[in-house]
Amino acid sequence: MTTVEAPSTAAQPTTAPRRRRRGRGDRDAWLLVLPALLPVLALSVVPLARGVYLGFTDSRAGLGIPTHFVGFDNFTRLLHNSLFLESFRIGLVWAVSVTVIQFVLGLGLALLLNEDLHLRWLARTLALVPWAMPPVIVAIMWRLLLSPTVGPIDETLNKLQLSQTHINWLGDFNTALPAVIVVGVWVGMPQTTITLLAGLQGIPAELHEAAMVDGATTWHRFVHITLPHLRPVIFAITSLDFIWNFNSFGLVYVLTAGGPGGKTMLPMLFAYNEAFRYGQFGRAAAMGDVMVVLVVLFLGLYLRAGLRRDAT
Amino acid sequence: MKGARRGVVRRRPATKAAQYVALAAYLIFLGFPLLWLLSISLKTPRELASIAPSLIPHHFQWSNYHDALEAQGLLRSALNSTIVAVGATLLTIAVSLPAAYALGRFKTRLRGIATGWILVSQLFPVVLIVIPLFMILRSLHLLNSLLGLTLVYLVWTLPFALWMLRGYVAGLPVDLEEAAAVDGAGRLRVLVSIVLPLLRPGIVATAMFAFISSWNEFFFALVLLRGSTRTLPLTLARFVGSEGQVSLGPLAAGSVLATIPSLLVFALIQRRLTSGLLAGAVKG
Repeated sequence: MTTVEAPSTAAQPTTAPRRRRRGRGDRDAWLLVLPALLPVLALSVVPLARGVYLGFTDSRAGLGIPTHFVGFDNFTRLLHNSLFLESFRIGLVWAVSVTVIQFVLGLGLALLLNEDLHLRWLARTLALVPWAMPPVIVAIMWRLLLSPTVGPIDETLNKLQLSQTHINWLGDFNTALPAVIVVGVWVGMPQTTITLLAGLQGIPAELHEAAMVDGATTWHRFVHITLPHLRPVIFAITSLDFIWNFNSFGLVYVLTAGGPGGKTMLPMLFAYNEAFRYGQFGRAAAMGDVMVVLVVLFLGLYLRAGLRRDAT
Repeated sequence: MKGARRGVVRRRPATKAAQYVALAAYLIFLGFPLLWLLSISLKTPRELASIAPSLIPHHFQWSNYHDALEAQGLLRSALNSTIVAVGATLLTIAVSLPAAYALGRFKTRLRGIATGWILVSQLFPVVLIVIPLFMILRSLHLLNSLLGLTLVYLVWTLPFALWMLRGYVAGLPVDLEEAAAVDGAGRLRVLVSIVLPLLRPGIVATAMFAFISSWNEFFFALVLLRGSTRTLPLTLARFVGSEGQVSLGPLAAGSVLATIPSLLVFALIQRRLTSGLLAGAVKG
């Protein structure tokens, strides 16, 4: 999405008389932007900067408690907190699994929606519904579905002779994280599918037709035409999905609240508890800081790997 | 007929069958959870307690919906959600319209800054922003206040609304505005009588996006609201912890009811939202 900005800046006028006009334009632009800029500065930029800084202080929740700058204390403390490190591991497992599965399933659905099939309209509509639902409702819905008492899944598995016991999917140590990941995939299908579908529809049909004439199989065309053309879209949507998933909160908060035994304690849930259950604002902010650094590092590696493959 | 449209690309029957099997799997994965929620919302407590649950209730009954509406604070929360979502939507449009026009029409450095900010702000987990917001709103006595939450939602929906609207502005032909300016119309006249009417579909789509985002939001509300100011997602989430077998039906019914507004709005803008996303991205 960023790359499309480049041509417009390159085309900017550079001659002297035009620059004067651009100066006036700049002033008008600032005036028009001001009503949006002020709230963004007051309630987004400033709080964010302050939030980043709070990670280096011992700030607490109560009123009138003095705050001191403590340097990297919070961070060294976090490094020795095994629960926190475990929550990061869970967060990465969650974000990577959800993003990868979302991508594979989303691509599959997008390929199907790009064909002339009956009931395509129904799949398209259903694929968009999770986008419109409040995350809290999605979580409630899946709790009812995965419930060992009123849910249908155990019953079905028993009938198919696949399992004999009743499984409490969200309450069992082994199944809680996978169950939560399935719900995460369900929620994120719309954005991924629609974006990939838009990418697919941008591939010229002639390419496929020419390859067909040359006798290329479906698989060959997928690997040599579809995937290479989709690459930019794939990188954009998987990067965004990863960020959104790593920073997600409401869904898992309502599904499991981080349980059982912290098995689904995503970093955001950990930080929320630290801030608003234990009142440790400074430590929670430090966790947020670590999360940003981690996401940036991860994305940096991912996108660099992508660029390197472009170069070769 | 459909086969003919695709010309050379004709599938073997086996491929077609495999495609339908895959499509059926997707339909079940995506649709079954929704059907199950509906089903539970229509079941009696006794049927919910039965060992072999079925998708189609034996006795359809609407009393769960009645109970949900009677339940403590649910209607009040729905009212709160409406106030906050409508307020945030109106504010977002009022504030982002001039800004989107500026970013769509002027070649200014602001455009790069705005795009950069929209992307960078995605990286930060909300916990970093919510702690200072909590402190700021506390010092302004705007904690537990719908006004405070409305302001937060304004800022929260603004980046994407701006992104969408800017795309619509960039899609309008400049000629009309230039012609009006040559005829001696002032800048404000041009904006009000030429740009606004043309932009109306884009404004409607953006407004509905802002409404859905605010109606669905949970995290900020969880941190910033208590007691009677709770919004709908908060109240429903509170039912979850304390649910007994008996209250599952009303919980499902309340969930269905809370989803309807955003689903309706979404059905109206669905096509525009997806094309608006692309418009914002492509029209530099």
